[in-house]
Amino acid sequence: MIHTSSTHSTSTFVSRTLCRYADTIFKYITLIAGLIILFILTAVTVFLLIQAAPAMVGDKNQTVWAIRSLSGGRTIHFWTYVGPLIFGTILTSFLALVCALFIALGVALFITQYAPRPLAFILSHVIDLLAAVPSVIFGLWGGLVLVPSTYPFWKWMNTYFGWIPLFSGQASNPPRTVATVSLVLTIMILPIICSMARDIFQQTPVLLKEAALGLGATQWEMIKLAVLPFGKKGVISAAMLGLGRALGETMAVLMILSPGDLYSWKLLVASQNQTIAANIAAQFPESDSAGVSVLIATGLVLFVITFLVNIAAHHLTGNAIHTKQKNNIRHPLCINKQFIRCSETD
Amino acid sequence: MGQGLEVINENIYYGAFHAVENVTMSIHKNAITALIGPSGCGKSTFLRTLNRMHEVTPKAYCTGEVLLDGVNLYGKDINLVDVRRQIGMVFQKANPFPTMSIRDNVLAGIRLNHKRLSKTEADDLVEWALQGANLWNEVRDKLSSPGIALSGGQQQRLCIARAVAMHPSVLLMDEPTSALDPISTLAIEDLITELKKEFTIVIVTHNMQQAARCSDYTGFFNVQGNGKPSHLVEFNQTEQLFSNPLQRETDDYISGHFG
Repeated sequence: MIHTSSTHSTSTFVSRTLCRYADTIFKYITLIAGLIILFILTAVTVFLLIQAAPAMVGDKNQTVWAIRSLSGGRTIHFWTYVGPLIFGTILTSFLALVCALFIALGVALFITQYAPRPLAFILSHVIDLLAAVPSVIFGLWGGLVLVPSTYPFWKWMNTYFGWIPLFSGQASNPPRTVATVSLVLTIMILPIICSMARDIFQQTPVLLKEAALGLGATQWEMIKLAVLPFGKKGVISAAMLGLGRALGETMAVLMILSPGDLYSWKLLVASQNQTIAANIAAQFPESDSAGVSVLIATGLVLFVITFLVNIAAHHLTGNAIHTKQKNNIRHPLCINKQFIRCSETD
Repeated sequence: MGQGLEVINENIYYGAFHAVENVTMSIHKNAITALIGPSGCGKSTFLRTLNRMHEVTPKAYCTGEVLLDGVNLYGKDINLVDVRRQIGMVFQKANPFPTMSIRDNVLAGIRLNHKRLSKTEADDLVEWALQGANLWNEVRDKLSSPGIALSGGQQQRLCIARAVAMHPSVLLMDEPTSALDPISTLAIEDLITELKKEFTIVIVTHNMQQAARCSDYTGFFNVQGNGKPSHLVEFNQTEQLFSNPLQRETDDYISGHFG
């Protein structure tokens, strides 16, 4: 090893200097990429603030008029207008998240721990394909297939579980309800949560799995001891990403839900709730400038909610970043090895 | 008290690849049996068949019999979970559960058994196991801190404590000191010598001095050639094998001609 590097000392020196430049250049490229993200985020925030400003601090009369027209005469105050929308947004997304999380974890565990390889391979790809389906397709499917066909199921839920407030009331037919919307949202966010969970479960160190198996753990006990604790943080961030997608989903909601402006928990009854994003899309084409400004202000609220969700995710998974940094300690060694290999092939 | 293992005509495979051929060996109870040989000679693979960890690897299987106290571990009615609870294992790299405290790591196996322990029983067991693993004095004041906060050698002893806490009859060790410094290695070798009073120990090591220092019996594995299965060349009392090997191959290996 020493012998080879000494005979090729000049070439090694040259490649080292080149590498150092490459390093600097690469560093700045990544810096610029980082700055672009910051810039875009700032630009969007500024846009929302400027556009929403007339509704917040501008001519009161115009805003009152706009809100009255947007809410169909229900209210003239911004917060009473946006309140039910926030409620509807969080309700549908949260329901979707809860359902999707259970199914996604089940599927991810099945793929990584139980399924024979060919089946796992096929399932993985199907899930990735599902993630690529545009939301408008899900909306169409929900509106044309699920809405007409799921009524018997909702009716059944209503009859036998009507004592739970969530399923109380008179089940609507057609079911253009929060329940149907949440079902579609569940299917929409399922792939992203599932594929992230699958990736993280797959990375569970064999050493940890064998530690559990060596103690006489069954497959499920091994999952509880090794796989789930290892994947917890990844699953949380996957769930938050899914929640983010559900919060902002427009088309599917717009195409399925019969909107309402109540703080209502009745999932099986139509015309109870509406989400912020779908409301903007529905009202935008018919609004004047003051109306648009109010709608954008509701968009700003959605932006803040999503932002809070992301911050929460960061806090919950904060330690994950530190562990990544620890692993980086290996890098210099790897680079050295590559140098040695380079000089050997020279 | 330990129990002996009897391996009869064992052949080990990874899918179509025949990894180890025709091993017959008796592992004496309450003794230390060392398995040595060059890298890739199948000694770890063989060890992993002794508590049915080998079949964890996809498509891996073996034929033949492994008898623990006369009962074939590969018999039809044998539950492999029970096998692993009775035959503990310590791995090449320390692998404490990262989210668990030192105490919970020691109790992990017992909790899998669904045994309900009172707090004092659990405390006693933790102390006994950690003392058995010669770690108690170092960690007695920080039992609730995470297991991975310990040093490498301590982590490995924690893993030994975790295995010991299950009261296994046999303890398998797969190069337990290969990732450790000489002082931690010595600590673990001393510990192994202590542990043989209660358990039967099988240790895989690539370090011949280690085998010579602490084992009672030694088995030497060797590959027969590229792509061919490896086999057990010689199995004997350690002193015999090192001072007076019966096979030329063994002599070459222990005198440093290859490997």
